[in-house]
Amino acid sequence: MLSTKRTSTTTQDQDGAAKAAPPGPPPSRVRRPSRWLAWGFLAPVTIYLAAFYAYPLYRNVELSLREYTVRSFVQGGAPFAGLDNYRTVLSDPAFGPTLWHTLIFTGASLVFQFSIGMALALFFHQHFPLSRTLRALILVPWLLPLIVSASTWSWLLNSDSGLVNAALGAVGIDPVNWLTSPGWSLTSVIIANIWIGIPFNLVVLYSGLQGIPVEMYEASALDGASSWQRFWRITFPLLRPVSTITLLLGLIYTLKVFDIVWIMTRGGPTGSSATLATWSYRLGFGNMLPEFGPGAAIGNLLIVMALIAGLIYIRIERRQHLR
Amino acid sequence: MTGLSRRRRLAAVAVIALAAVTASACSSSGDDTSDGGGGAYLVWDPYPQFAAESEWVSLLKKCGTTAGVTVERTGYDTTDLTNKALLAAQQGNSPDVLIVDNPVISTLAEAGALTTTDDNKLDVSAMAANLLGAGQSEGKTYGVPIGANTLALYYNKDVLTAAGVDPATVKDWTSLTAALTKVKAAGKKGITFSAIGTEEGSFQFLPWFWGSGAQLTSLDSPQAVSALTLWTDWLKQGHAPNSVINNTQTTSWQEFATGDYAFAENGTWQLANAEKLGFSYGTIPIPANAGGPAPAPTGGEFVSIPVQKNTGRYETSQKLVACLTNADNLLATDTTLSYVAPVTAVQDRQATADPKLKVWVEAVRAAKGRTGDNLGTKYPKISESLWTAVQAALSGGKSPQEALKAAQTAASTR
Repeated sequence: MLSTKRTSTTTQDQDGAAKAAPPGPPPSRVRRPSRWLAWGFLAPVTIYLAAFYAYPLYRNVELSLREYTVRSFVQGGAPFAGLDNYRTVLSDPAFGPTLWHTLIFTGASLVFQFSIGMALALFFHQHFPLSRTLRALILVPWLLPLIVSASTWSWLLNSDSGLVNAALGAVGIDPVNWLTSPGWSLTSVIIANIWIGIPFNLVVLYSGLQGIPVEMYEASALDGASSWQRFWRITFPLLRPVSTITLLLGLIYTLKVFDIVWIMTRGGPTGSSATLATWSYRLGFGNMLPEFGPGAAIGNLLIVMALIAGLIYIRIERRQHLR
Repeated sequence: MTGLSRRRRLAAVAVIALAAVTASACSSSGDDTSDGGGGAYLVWDPYPQFAAESEWVSLLKKCGTTAGVTVERTGYDTTDLTNKALLAAQQGNSPDVLIVDNPVISTLAEAGALTTTDDNKLDVSAMAANLLGAGQSEGKTYGVPIGANTLALYYNKDVLTAAGVDPATVKDWTSLTAALTKVKAAGKKGITFSAIGTEEGSFQFLPWFWGSGAQLTSLDSPQAVSALTLWTDWLKQGHAPNSVINNTQTTSWQEFATGDYAFAENGTWQLANAEKLGFSYGTIPIPANAGGPAPAPTGGEFVSIPVQKNTGRYETSQKLVACLTNADNLLATDTTLSYVAPVTAVQDRQATADPKLKVWVEAVRAAKGRTGDNLGTKYPKISESLWTAVQAALSGGKSPQEALKAAQTAASTR
């Protein structure tokens, strides 16, 4: 994106310089403003990146390396603490379970979102009557503000007056304390998150399916391939680039999911549905006496986790290209 | 063609100019407000429900006019305001008058963001001592209460009559549990409250905690265990619904509003909603274990004057605050907020005007500040340990004894 922009500006500049050369001063003097011009074009994006990406990231790293109290946050002069905040977080008895919850939450969400999204994409790919309408309806969870869907889920799953328990009761199953028992709370937030993530997977995979040439299927049908074989031998391999980017985006998004968990359970009861994202928020903002240092440290750990996932993706990409 | 390239060049210049303007606008807005001298005084409050034409805002404007300045007011969401106030203090652009939830005062004072009454010459002598306590630390006072709210038990008259319970007989924990048993036998639900894993959960548990005789400095005392056992047993015996573990005070109120519940622990601020209930209700103070009203925690906001670079602004800010907290204006403000006034004389006027407020006035007089007892900024840690223990015991993860023991360890080591 950047490189194409730069080449296009230089060609324009040469173009402009060539036109201006005959009547005007020697080319060397025209060159100068052209470099300024290039910087001028780069300036907006550079300023934007610096102000909204680089600086906040730098501040977050700095926050995590200093020992901030409310006093030093306001008055300045927080002492440099090295990796103390990271040590505090890693040695906290809550770290192990919270990391585990984050991994389960992310893993389970991705597996179900992706497989259900894929199944629905294949289903809608058959273009039956009303398929457009139905597909549009399935997109609704994606369009709803998270606060609305999360609140709705917490009403549905309410132990005493929730619709889910009422339905279970009608079939003769004892009510489940979805949000209030340590054994179920994580499952409940995962279910809600899967529901919210399906439309995204559906849309991306569906558009990926459009790119697979129909001739492939026709040829395989002539060769007598079963529909199962068609899926595993044609659809799945040809969809791989789309699948990997869908999973990567899903991973980055799911790692930092905060609103759903916070609204439904506040990470509770007693941390049984806490993820790294909710823990970071609780430390930084969920208490009257904020602990910015450890909160920022967890935030950075999350960024590192997403970065590692990104690197693995690039690795896979490259291997696919080599093949 | 030359025209085109010139146009391009012009566009580039415009972009650069725009970027420069944006950058300088960003940097200049910082010192804009700390400049002082100007006629506009900034007021931040946690009452976003009040629009520009509300009585509260016109009171602010009127106080500004009396002090000879214009008031610029912004209403923030309560939880948002703490972070906003801390950030503003860091950037050196605090408002002139900050109205904020009382337990936040000790945090902001610890940050050095608030002036004391020694600096700003506010007169706080009329304020009730138990309310003022939340704004005091190490002998210094950092603000003045604008109104107080606290907790009591709302009851559903129809449910109690059907179950044959006279609310006047509910005087202590034993009689309350007996009433709950009768209600359950009559096929209705007992009591609802909020035990969510946030400050709200601690706020609701404290009347029972203090009512057992326990102290916040010792979370695992036998008295504390008895209070948590009371709640845990209610859940086990079906007197309270399991949903309390995830209830905010609002969702707990919604449960009470269904008309199925005999009792609900809730605050003064629900009085306006209580009038809209489909059944007749009453209120009693939360009983202590041994009888009599238990000390409930005080809620409500403090008016404070944040530190400014230009100390000359304090004089006008002090006039604004004094105007907001004089007897007549307190009465008006606390009536709109459905709060109890922080001044005894005004409390009496409120109780005569509306006899229903009598229970609340009594409850506020018996109430205690959470950050009082010189706990100050130690309170948030203690409170977090406390609500975690409550959640652990109610969800069945730990026994009340174990949960509180872990809470005491957590609160004292950090």
